[in-house]
Amino acid sequence: MLEDIPVLSILTFLPLLGTLITLLLPQSRVRFIRGTAIAFTFLPLLLAIALYVSYEPIVGGGAFAEKLTWLSIPLNTEAGLADKGATSYRLLFDYRMGVDGLSLPLVLLTGAVASMASLASVYIRKRWKLYYALFLLLQTGMYGVFLARDLTLFFIFFELTLIPMFFLIGIWGYFGREQAANRFLVYNGLGSAFMLLAFLILIATAGFSATETASGTTLSFSGSYEVLLANLADPNAAVNQDSIMYLSDNLKWTAFILLVIAFGIKLPIFPFHTWMLKVHAEAAPPVVMIHSGILLKMGAYGLLRFGAFLLPGQLQSWAPVLATLGVINIVYGAILACAQKEFKLVLAYSSISHMGIVLLGIASLNEAGFEGAVFQSVSHGLISALLFLIVGSLHERAETTRIDELGGLASVVPFTSGILLTAGLASLGLPGLSGFVGEFLSFLGLFDSYPWLVAVGVLGLLFAAVYVLRSVLSMTYGPLPDRFAAIRDVRFVEALPMIALTALIVLLGVYPALMTDMMSHSFDGLLKLLQSKVGG
Amino acid sequence: MQALQTLTWNDTWYLAPEIVLAAFTIALALLDLSLPRRIDRDIIGWGAVLGLVTAGVFVGWHIHDLGAWEKAGESPFRNLLDGSYRVDDFGNLLKLVFLGASALIVLASLGTVKKEEVPIKGEFYYLVLPAVLGAMVMASSGDLITLFIGMELLGIASYILVGVRKSSGLSGEAAFKYVVTGGTASAFVLYGMSFLYGATGSTRLSGIAQSIGDAVEGSKALVYVAFFLMIVGFALKLALAPFHAWAPDVYQGAPTPVTSFLGVVAKAAAFAMLYRLFVNTALYAYADTAQVREDLFLALAVLAAAAMIVGVAGALRQQNAKRLLALSGVANAGILLVPLTLDITSFHSSLFSEFIYYLLAYVFMNVGAFAVLTVVSRETGSEELSGFAGLYHRAPWTAAAMTALICSLAGLPVTGGFFGKLFILFGTVQTKQYWLAAILLFTTVVSYYLYFSFIRQMFMRSGDTERQTKVPMATGLVVWICAIASVALGVLPKPILEWVDGLFSVSLDFLSR
Repeated sequence: MLEDIPVLSILTFLPLLGTLITLLLPQSRVRFIRGTAIAFTFLPLLLAIALYVSYEPIVGGGAFAEKLTWLSIPLNTEAGLADKGATSYRLLFDYRMGVDGLSLPLVLLTGAVASMASLASVYIRKRWKLYYALFLLLQTGMYGVFLARDLTLFFIFFELTLIPMFFLIGIWGYFGREQAANRFLVYNGLGSAFMLLAFLILIATAGFSATETASGTTLSFSGSYEVLLANLADPNAAVNQDSIMYLSDNLKWTAFILLVIAFGIKLPIFPFHTWMLKVHAEAAPPVVMIHSGILLKMGAYGLLRFGAFLLPGQLQSWAPVLATLGVINIVYGAILACAQKEFKLVLAYSSISHMGIVLLGIASLNEAGFEGAVFQSVSHGLISALLFLIVGSLHERAETTRIDELGGLASVVPFTSGILLTAGLASLGLPGLSGFVGEFLSFLGLFDSYPWLVAVGVLGLLFAAVYVLRSVLSMTYGPLPDRFAAIRDVRFVEALPMIALTALIVLLGVYPALMTDMMSHSFDGLLKLLQSKVGG
Repeated sequence: MQALQTLTWNDTWYLAPEIVLAAFTIALALLDLSLPRRIDRDIIGWGAVLGLVTAGVFVGWHIHDLGAWEKAGESPFRNLLDGSYRVDDFGNLLKLVFLGASALIVLASLGTVKKEEVPIKGEFYYLVLPAVLGAMVMASSGDLITLFIGMELLGIASYILVGVRKSSGLSGEAAFKYVVTGGTASAFVLYGMSFLYGATGSTRLSGIAQSIGDAVEGSKALVYVAFFLMIVGFALKLALAPFHAWAPDVYQGAPTPVTSFLGVVAKAAAFAMLYRLFVNTALYAYADTAQVREDLFLALAVLAAAAMIVGVAGALRQQNAKRLLALSGVANAGILLVPLTLDITSFHSSLFSEFIYYLLAYVFMNVGAFAVLTVVSRETGSEELSGFAGLYHRAPWTAAAMTALICSLAGLPVTGGFFGKLFILFGTVQTKQYWLAAILLFTTVVSYYLYFSFIRQMFMRSGDTERQTKVPMATGLVVWICAIASVALGVLPKPILEWVDGLFSVSLDFLSR
């Protein structure tokens, strides 16, 4: 039934509709605006769940794919093309959406985290109308990124997340918000520039195809993911032949490295991480939930989708580099997290550490590793969203989240403290919670090829236990400073998202097949390609 | 040597747009003289808009005629006065841009130009017309001398326009600087032209095209000198780095509508001239000119790159909105120059459609941004960036429109600026000019920071007052036309590009004669 409607587009553009409705509502009707925003955040989540229920891994997402010719730009036919029998020469920008086992988990993650962030937006205290309008716009961008199947469309959605995020950080953040917003803008803009250059190189070479029609040959450049994938794999395509479209090894490497830097900034890979520390520390809690929970995952997704699938040969050669970068991320993030006094920064560094594990998964080049990378992305998204939800709730009450100023919270806010402890345990990878599964799969995947790197990486996990327990315990136990004696535990509206996120973390930890089943067969094509490269 | 071909009655039809503008100029000048003092000179402004629109209608008519000829198998252009003036699709498209942009600019200034500031308001309105006329002559000329006359007409009219705020010291300084640099630019161009004439023996672009091959063989150095001198002149006119130092001062001193005119129409006209000269002199046509062609186009590419880098870097620390937009104009001139430098012989979307598309996007974003600036500076009395502080609270809709314009300037999707840059980038990547693509991309990223300083002011700072800003009707209209057009160009770039591609052809518009 879902196949009959353009479900992916509806899913993506529902929040945009919400933005328009929000903008039309009068500024003074705050409750109404909030209700609308929450409704338009939950609707896509419900659609995503429906999609999950009807998605069959063996069949794949082909039935849901949507394709529309958006723009077909005429190119100059005067450069002697008529002699070669070409009647039409065009640059195609297609509107293509698709879903597979790689996108679906991240779409579900987006739905879950965005919904919880919409509930957590009670912490926002000013200019609600603009806030919710941008919040919804951001969601359209995020869904679009995970569902787009055309390079240009992907880029547009990617940039679409940039503008609302700049506002969300810069208007509703803490004291250093503008600086954080600027850094966010410039770093991510830089990433986009790298990405666009790589995409253009791919479009101008691998995107070329000639199709015979009744009226003659049509030459076209297209950014369609399917066309690129097919052309790159086909040894007879112009891109692999000695032609003007030839994608030489040098160009392939250029494109690959550009992509690694582009998505490495987003992920973030050390040393491109400084911007995200600022954002973690200065943005409002619901905004950080989205940022840490979803936006960082766009880096992992992009690296897998474009780096791994389109240029597997380069990925294979660079696997040791990526694995090393991953280990550096893990250890660097973990050690610095141990030294922080501000809980938000502990979490920021822990994010760097955990995103390193994603890199290890990608570098492993086998099914367990890839699944681990995606699983780790989703699991870290849920955990960090939960942790920042708690940060928001604590900041609301204690007006600080510095570890050395807080203490003994377990006696005044037992519920929050309990959730905090659970989230902390999930973060350090306690078996039975989702964090463990992602880490385990990634390490398992890499162990085949680089056992020593795995050994160093696992050391990072020891540090995770140190920084998590140190900060969580010193915040919840010990003497309670007098000024915190009067604070109360969470209200129902705050408890709800905490419970929901905790439940998801436990569920995925206990029954990971919920997600890994979804991903099976998604990497078959890529793995086959990688094996054939090894064999030949 | 054939007899001199004079203007015939038949030709006047093809010159209709130019004649309309000249007639309107004279009529409005007389009207301004004869009207009693107490009557508001805005009526002359409306007259100027009417003149521009009428001329535009004629241009549209010509485009339609040329299209019909092409269908009938005739050549879709007309050479007047023995080829010294040509009416073709290239010229017509650019004329439409000039006329449309000028009409928007005059419309935006109606009601915002204050009598105290510009005592000669009537002149201010009708002097725009001869300036546009000069630009149109430049776009249509087929001869070096016609080119130069057009350039001077545009130049002289705009020197006066820059100095029109008679009581302001800045305006006088700007006018003086503009006269001096404008004169220098003309001198360089003229000097280069004389060498070109010496080397080829003709001032006709078609004549130059025929003999340039021999000239290169005979005295290569002379051809180089000729073109490099002209490039310097054009770079001065276009404010390309390192010839851009006058731009911020002049832009700041001139009244805002004039700034917007200089940034859009005067620049586009200089580009028209560059295209005419560089493409029409058939540097493409002969194999023996390949070396010269490559060198010249490399020089242009380097200028484009320098303009992008210097423009963006210089604007980073700018606190004055007009100077900032002036330097952003330097960077944008660099971007507009990129398509011309690409090798036309390899596959790409034709140097012209990319150019005209980005030019259109640039017209809308620039005219719109300057219109918002007039509204803001009228209210706060300052042209500093800080005048935008808290605009979101004072005029939320204008702030929203400005955000769209800013996104287009910065090249963020989905706007005309984004697709314009994307097409130009695609051209550079296809012709394997990766270094140019990289510079374009990275200056664009840095410019995010720059353009977002408007957004920071509008949305994140609070202004001195929360009083609602009054937006004059005509100015508001222009702001919204520009904002909507910027977004519409981004959502649906196809109709424009299809249309331009259908009209324009390198071989017919430039190379055939």
